[in-house]
Amino acid sequence: MLRFLSSRLLVLIPTLLGVVLLAFFLVRQLHGDAVEARSGERGITAEQLAERRQALGLDRPLHEQFLTYLGQVVQGDLGKSYVTQRPVLDEFVELFPATIELSIVAMIIAIVIGLPAGILAALTRGSIFDHGVMGAALTGYSMPIFWWAILLIVLFSNILGLTPVSGRLDVLYYIEPATGFMLIDTLLSDEPEAFWSALHHLILPSIVLGTIPLAVIARMTRSAMLEVLSEDYIRTARAKGLSPFRVIWVHALRNALIPVVTVIGLQTGTLLAGAVLTETIFSWPGIGKWLIDAIGRRDFPAVQGGILLIAVTIITVNLAVDLLYGLINPRIRHQK
Amino acid sequence: MTGAAPSTPTVTAATVPLPSPLADFWRDFSRNRGALAGLLFILLITFAAIFAPIVAPHAADVQYRDSFLVPPPWAGGNDWRFLLGTDDVGRDIFSRIVWGAQLSLLIGVIVVTVSLGFGVLLGLIAGFMRGTVDQVIMRLMDILMALPSLLLAVAIVAVLGPSLVNAMIAIAIVVLPHYVRLTRATVITELAKDYVTASRIAGAGLWRMMIIVVLPNCLAPLIVQASLGFSSAILDAAALGFLGLGALPPTPEWGTMLADAKKFVQSGHWWVVTFPGLAILLTVLAFNLLGDGLRDALDPKLKER
Repeated sequence: MLRFLSSRLLVLIPTLLGVVLLAFFLVRQLHGDAVEARSGERGITAEQLAERRQALGLDRPLHEQFLTYLGQVVQGDLGKSYVTQRPVLDEFVELFPATIELSIVAMIIAIVIGLPAGILAALTRGSIFDHGVMGAALTGYSMPIFWWAILLIVLFSNILGLTPVSGRLDVLYYIEPATGFMLIDTLLSDEPEAFWSALHHLILPSIVLGTIPLAVIARMTRSAMLEVLSEDYIRTARAKGLSPFRVIWVHALRNALIPVVTVIGLQTGTLLAGAVLTETIFSWPGIGKWLIDAIGRRDFPAVQGGILLIAVTIITVNLAVDLLYGLINPRIRHQK
Repeated sequence: MTGAAPSTPTVTAATVPLPSPLADFWRDFSRNRGALAGLLFILLITFAAIFAPIVAPHAADVQYRDSFLVPPPWAGGNDWRFLLGTDDVGRDIFSRIVWGAQLSLLIGVIVVTVSLGFGVLLGLIAGFMRGTVDQVIMRLMDILMALPSLLLAVAIVAVLGPSLVNAMIAIAIVVLPHYVRLTRATVITELAKDYVTASRIAGAGLWRMMIIVVLPNCLAPLIVQASLGFSSAILDAAALGFLGLGALPPTPEWGTMLADAKKFVQSGHWWVVTFPGLAILLTVLAFNLLGDGLRDALDPKLKER
């Protein structure tokens, strides 16, 4: 297991370095602009321009600049936002819980609906229900979620008046952030009814964000279930006279879940990418909206740091899934 | 053979027709009704895109100053000139969707061609060379795959600046790893086969081996991936347009149209937001259906139960 762990960690290093390199070139490309953009006044002399470049370290060789940058990144220094003048890392850490909360609720919705739908579709293979679930899943998978969000807002907020359109909490309440997770913070506060407001605000964004993972999970569960159901040991279990219920829920499902768990883990990237769209539409104060706002304001350190941190998050989660998978399935662990 | 002709009658090709691969493929493909529906829709929308000047009743950017936000005639409107209503500056939504189809399909064609071309080339090189070259190419692809496609595209557009061309470049870069990995994996499988050894012994050069001997046998999964690549290119381009990072208004790009129409969510002008999104959904769905059908017909190994 230790060897498995260390080999996975080793493979990670070039990828992480590469992501830092990508972010570095991103900012380098932009800093060239930044010197000229920020010294926009006319009549600037060549010497002044060179001076400013020197101040930003842009006159040194490329590899030296990269090493400096790498050193800063390793120490957690991602620069300061041009707009707020606060460290990028602080802003990210502050906003990240909102995105995590949204993503977790979205994933819960996707699993709670997608898993049973996939299982039932596999069990009723070829039926109208099966075709319905697979049709819906393919539609969900093809959905432009920004449009889906608009449709849901029109239906649930404008026509039915059931859900709020934007934000995380009603303006009536003010909750001192303790964990950053609004559902937990409101429960800890002395205004328990704020919890319902927070939940209300979460419903539409999490449905929107959960749509694509839901579709993927339903499709994956169905195909994994069908594969397992045709295995010999299922026939043996049936022949032994076990009840169909036991065969399906105990023998088949446990093995079918292995690939499904992996797929669920690998949806982290989808969730974070989807968060960019979802948060923008619902004015959800998370890192997705922050990133798009930063691009709009040409706040390059924030863009660069944000991209880097999101990439590191995804790589870490994928590694965790990988390790978990090795834990569940010994065959993977002992390969190579 | 001319001297002693065999006395027994030979079975001619005419009596027992050999199965043609194309007919074989079509038989498998046409059994899948979803895939057929997808293909039909794609043909329809391609027709509309090519003949947009004839199909669209109005130009994409002509404004009818007396007809702002007119509902569709079949839903309370009274103007049959505007089949799907008009937007806030009096442009015909149906015409804009037709012109947008031209744009979306063009995005799909360009992105898929560029990424497929470079992807196959890099995949062939990685698969044939192995060693250091392979390692460098694949690690680069790993880095590109560390970020979800839309986020990476957003990052690239943030550097290049928002425009339709930059959005296409970003999406082409983002999907590149899929083609490289697929080509490389297929090439490595093929290289172990006897026919490859045979042509190598026969003295085929590297390029001949790559392009003429091996590549044609790697095409099936690539065709499937290309078809799915169309749908993700169209979807990502629309998402970038929606975020204000793709095509800029007044270009009739579907995602850009939606971003423009977002402000009418609250006011009950549902037709302004419904139809561009529906166009995206149906087109993406059609390409996904086609891709699923192609996979089932071309590649039994990948077939989903």
